[in-house]
Formats: sequence, structure tokens, C-alpha cells
Amino acid sequence: MSAEPLLEVDDLSVRFDTDEGPVQAVDRVSFALAPGEVLGIVGESGCGKSVTCMSLVRLLPETAKVSGSVRFGGADLLALGPRRLRRVRGREISYIFQEPMTSLNPVFTVGDQIGEVVRRHLDLSRRDARRRAVELLQLVRIPAPQRRVDEYPHQLSGGMRQRVMIAMALACDPKVLIADEPTTALDVTIQAGILDLMREVREKLGTAIVLVTHNLGVVADIADRVIVMYAGRKVEEAPAAELFAAPQHPYTVGLLGAIPRPGERRERLEEIPGRVPASARPLEHCVFADRCRYADETTRTQVPDLRPVRPGHLVACFHPEAERAA
Amino acid sequence: MSAASVLEVEELVKHFPVGRGLVGSSGTVHAVDGVSFELREGEMLGLVGESGSGKTTLANCVVRLLEPTSGSIRLHGRDITHLSRRELRPLRRSLHMVFQDPFSSLNPRMTVGEIVAEPLRLHRLAGRKTRESRVIETFERVGLGPEHRFRYPHELSGGQRQRVGLARSLILEPSVLVADEPVSALDVSVQASILNLLRDLQRDMGFSCLFITHDLATVEFLCDRIAVMYLGQLVEVASRDAIFRDPQHPYTQALLSAAVVPDPAEQRKRRRVVLEGDPPSPLAPPSGCRFHTRCPLHDLSAPQSDEVEPALREFAPDHLVACHLVAPGTPAPRISGVEASVA
Repeated sequence: MSAEPLLEVDDLSVRFDTDEGPVQAVDRVSFALAPGEVLGIVGESGCGKSVTCMSLVRLLPETAKVSGSVRFGGADLLALGPRRLRRVRGREISYIFQEPMTSLNPVFTVGDQIGEVVRRHLDLSRRDARRRAVELLQLVRIPAPQRRVDEYPHQLSGGMRQRVMIAMALACDPKVLIADEPTTALDVTIQAGILDLMREVREKLGTAIVLVTHNLGVVADIADRVIVMYAGRKVEEAPAAELFAAPQHPYTVGLLGAIPRPGERRERLEEIPGRVPASARPLEHCVFADRCRYADETTRTQVPDLRPVRPGHLVACFHPEAERAA
Repeated sequence: MSAASVLEVEELVKHFPVGRGLVGSSGTVHAVDGVSFELREGEMLGLVGESGSGKTTLANCVVRLLEPTSGSIRLHGRDITHLSRRELRPLRRSLHMVFQDPFSSLNPRMTVGEIVAEPLRLHRLAGRKTRESRVIETFERVGLGPEHRFRYPHELSGGQRQRVGLARSLILEPSVLVADEPVSALDVSVQASILNLLRDLQRDMGFSCLFITHDLATVEFLCDRIAVMYLGQLVEVASRDAIFRDPQHPYTQALLSAAVVPDPAEQRKRRRVVLEGDPPSPLAPPSGCRFHTRCPLHDLSAPQSDEVEPALREFAPDHLVACHLVAPGTPAPRISGVEASVA
């Protein structure tokens, strides 16, 4: 990463005050996104990956206490007033949600919904907006876009709806696309097409993508760099090839060992004992200590800082793989 | 493999009438449309299909939670297709199901100990004392401590709940277990432990298992034989090795090529086949071969495939394929070399 980062997240924390007390959903997460880069954020449910992304464009409810900074285009998105924030959302940074059915409005045609985005942000006329909508449907490879533009979401299949969501997200040619589990609700044969489309978007339009997923296969397919989150923390970050070839954090190692892989005949899958801790408050020890086979006195009494084990490869662990082997 | 079959399903059909109300058109969902297979003694048979392929309907018919429209199901040679609930009850001891969602399939008002003991109680198989010890024994088998008996489902994690589901299904030591996506609602690290557990239990207890999933890597890990389903029909049935090393049906080939591998070096070398078009509606399945509207080999199979439904027939010993392009000794052309349609 030599280029100036497009988006810079610094010490982002998100806390929810619930009836059962405060919940620290995200705990001091920092990362940067370069122009045109695909950054994968992986982790299991409840690790804070979606909350992290939603807080970038402030989609979280009022109850969320967000701190830290998100620098984008010379401003801190977390401090922006509502008017300026609206100009960023959907135009510079857009968002694709997991469930394409619930995130499209069922009573408006696809064309109306895409049109709304471009009319609002780019001030196009009704006719131009429709033309742009057809263009966008073509871009995301929806067959017969002239006809589809007048259809309602329920007339489209799941894969088509996700393509419409992507078309909408791309309507204003954003610099950053945040995709939260974009293929999770889809079948594998459909997922393959959506991944190809995202890759094409990046190559043709140079859009940087933040891809949130629990699926390591999806990350392996498309991400340049990967962040692994666990219980609200960033526990590892590395270039994709390196993360898979030489994972450092015992959690990452565990996750990779837990998934069955095609073509590999194993007797057993690796298990990670125990369960994810409830991320109630900032801990005074390593978040993974309870489940880690290498846990010791240090792990149980101190919080490991993120540190580089190699250039561009950060890990928050007292006993990363590389040092244990030595 | 010449093991005896414990479960035989023949020409099973399940249609659902829809839209008999005031709005919308009426029609019939062809959820399962003429499926035949056998589950052999002590084997793990994987049933793979995408959403809407009818795999869950098929499972529900097999355990008779649904009454099939036609066809037959034989359990240990006995026809159970149209048995009444009362007649089915004694057979329920040998045929059990594990459900996908460990949250909604456990009664929230019962302790998990009571849930697991219930089959024993219903079948009047043991007195209170013996029940208790059987429950503790079964808990241990699925990796739960005896103290968990007094908890309620909501107090347990997803993985623990699925263990309870397994315990409930296995306490009567059934000979057949039907598992419908038992791990897909769970996190990756928890999935691994449930899959390991299921494999261990199957080896210890020797039951036969029909394992339903959409995930190919899981069946490859777990199953001895695999049946691939598309739009209510089986398109290929073969041993694990044959399916993964020598897939025949174009749909099986596409499915394998589309699966993502958690290894960037490997994954980025792969050429995948992106299927054209949408999966057709089971309300109006295509004529002829149901896959013809999306088949990458349609040029070769047309016009026959548009009109004639291909039968599931033997391509090689113990390897069945339903495709016009495949005949004994004539394998299907490879499509994995085809460049992805989105180039």
C-alpha cells in the first residue's frame, strides 16, 4: 500500500447500552482502505464485522455510542453534519446489504429505485434517470434490462435482486462499496456470478470494496487484504495470500482448520473449544485466551497489542505462529 | 458395495397445490418429482441441492412429516408410505430426524433433559430411573455434561442446542437418521465440532444417515455416497470419489466448479462455470430435461433434452446419471474448461 489511503479508520469503538449493561461490539479497530482495493473483513457472528461497517457511514441506531474517527476525503465521517453525510452516503460510499429482498422496496419498480438514487445525487431528469437505470442494469448483466427496469423486486430471483442492489450501489460511481455478506443468502452457482461481477466492478470502475463475510472461501476468491475479527477486536490483518498460507493468530489457524475443503480428505476437522465470549466490556486479557491452546500467564493478564510479524501482516497475539515455530 | 438397503424410496412425488385463494393464479409446485434412491446399511448418503431443489421436502416425506403425493417409501422392507400416525408410531423408534434450526426445533418450555427423555417417555420404553440414566448416557455421547439436563434451550449456545437435537434423535438408537442441514445455522468453528461428532456417532452406533445440505465440502468430508438434486429430481448419484473426481451431469460439474475454496492460490486458478439464467420455478418446471434452460452443454443435447426427460440410469457401476449426453461408457463432455460466461 503505497497509495494514499482512501478511507482511514482509527480507533473505532462501538458500544451499545442495553438493559443488561453496556456491550462493547467493536473495540478500538483501525484500518485503511486503498483506492481500488478489496478488503475482506471476516469473523463469526457477533464478532463486530457488520457493526464496524455500518458505523463507517453511520447507519447504526441512536443507541450506539461510536468513538474514534473515519477519515474520508479530508473529513471525519463520524463528525459530519447530516447534510454533508447524505452527500457521501450513496454517492461516494455505498452499501450493499445481505438480504436483497428486504432491502429493496417492494412497491416501486427497479427503475424507480435506481432512478431515485441518481435523481437525488446527480440531479438528473426523470428520463435521464431511467436511461441511467437501464445502463446500470446492463452493467450488472441483467438480461433484457429494458424490460426488467419496469419490474418489481418480487418478479426477480434472489441473484437478480442482488444484482439490482449492486446496480443501485454503483449508480453514482462511488469510490467505496461496502458489501455486507453480499452472497450469503444466495446459492453457490449464483454466488459465483456475483463474485465475478464484483471483481469486474473493481477492475472496470476502480471501486474499492470492503467485503464483510463469514465465508473464507469468498475472501480467498476476491480479497487483496483480509482483517480477521474476534469478539469486537481486530486480531489479525494480512495480504490475502499470506493470511491463508501463513496464518499467525491461533484463532485464524483454528478457523482455517475448521472448514472442510474440497479435495482434501481429512479424518477430523479442527475444533475450537469453548465459545465466543460475550463482548460485554473491554477485557484485561487476550480476548481469545479462554479458547487458546497456547494461553499462559501473560495471555491471561495482559492485552496483546497488534504488532507486525512481517511487513503488512499484523497480529494481536503473544504467541503468533511464526514465533512459536522458531 | 452390496450392503443391504435400510430405506428404499421409489418414484417419490410431492406436489403442493398453491394459490387457490382470491388473488394470484393457481397451480402446482412440483417440489419432488419422481425421486428414487436407496439408503444402505451403515452409510452416510449426502443429498445435495440448492435452495428450491426439493431436498427438504424429500426429507420430510421420507420421515413422513409430509404425506407423499405418490411413490413409495420402504423402511426395512416395510412400506410406510401411507401408514397412519398410529401405525407409524412404533416405526418412529428406528427413523429419526435432526432439524436445521436448533432454535425453533426445541420446545422452549421444557428443560433439555426432558426434551431428550421425551422419546423414551412416548414409547414407554423405560421407567423414570432408567430414563434418567439413559439421558445422562446420551448427553455424554453427544458431548454434553449431565448438569446441562436442567437447563432450558435458551440458556444454551447454538452448538449445544444442536447437540441436544442429536441426543433426542439418537436416544432410541434409531437405524436411520435423516439430518436436514444440521450445521448450516451454526458458526464455522461450531460446525466443525458438530460434523466431527456426527461422524463419530455414526461410526460408533452404526446408523444409516441421509445428510441433506447445500454445501459440497461438507458432504465430501462426511459422506460415502452423494445424490445431487435439481428442481425436484435427482440428476446424479454416485460414490464420493466418483462425484468429486469424475462428475458427469453438467449440473454437478457446474456446482463443483462454483464452490469456493478457502485458499487464494487454488481459488484464483479455478475456472468456474457461471450458469446462465435463473433457476426455473418449480411451479412450471421446464419440459424435457429440467436443467436444459441453464445447461452449458445445451447446444450438444438439444433438441432431445428440450422434449425428452432423461432417465436416471447407470453410467458406470454404482454411478447413476440423468443426462442425454451420458451413456454407459460415454462420459459427458467436460464443462469446467469452459470460460466463465462473465469474462
